[in-house]
Amino acid sequence: MAEAKSLQKKEADSLEKTERTRSGKVFTPATDIIETGSAIIVLADMPGVDEKSIDITLEDNQLTIQSNVEFEKPKDYHLLYSEYDVGDYYRSFSLSDAIDRDKIEATYKNGLLRLTLPKAEKAKARQIAVKAE
Amino acid sequence: MYWTGFFNDFEPWEEMTRLQEEVNRLFDDYGLGRRRTFPEVNIWTNEDSALITAEMPGLDSKDINLSIQEQSLILEGERKPHELKEGERFHRRERGFGEFKRVIQLPFPVNADKIEAHFKNGVLSVTLPRAEED
Repeated sequence: MAEAKSLQKKEADSLEKTERTRSGKVFTPATDIIETGSAIIVLADMPGVDEKSIDITLEDNQLTIQSNVEFEKPKDYHLLYSEYDVGDYYRSFSLSDAIDRDKIEATYKNGLLRLTLPKAEKAKARQIAVKAE
Repeated sequence: MYWTGFFNDFEPWEEMTRLQEEVNRLFDDYGLGRRRTFPEVNIWTNEDSALITAEMPGLDSKDINLSIQEQSLILEGERKPHELKEGERFHRRERGFGEFKRVIQLPFPVNADKIEAHFKNGVLSVTLPRAEED
């Protein structure tokens, strides 16, 4: 089951070379990666975070998404039944040189993070005409 | 015991199962055949009301339908897939999509006129006040 792609939130396996200084669970957001003619689009399910807490960093070839979730227990309620847990999100991706790093864009709406990683000019597919001799 | 004659074509439970599978298409795991629950819910209560929360990232509030049937909250809708345009392709596809329906049994009768629902950052919160006569 651990390897199954799932709609259920998946706990992060390990945080590479990083020790967490916060308590609580960390989840790996379910992600779609789509290549278009001009960009790589990354869609990541990150419900319940504040857009200001989403931290996107690019170091060497590693693009990292993380978000610390400040969960507030509903006031004056007690939990009767639970199917999901709330926690931070963490995921990293390795990028190729073919991405134009200065033009990466991120938007967050309805719990979905959307990253647009534009391809560098030299990496865009080009039509090459075959000349007849 | 097998049914005979005309009844061979009528298997009500099978039909129910099939309908359930239709509804639960979202839970399919791209060919792995596993069923998934979507959305996952948490239920909170106190003396006066119940609070149901559900994580539904990537949906719009208009894609979510809520209704009350007897003592259950019905939560249904559709998470639409990313439509590929020409020349686009998936490198990785983990986010499920499709229609979903959940019937959530409530711990007590509720006042259907006073239900409040909010959808923020992909999290649905539904507050259901307990019926006064209860």
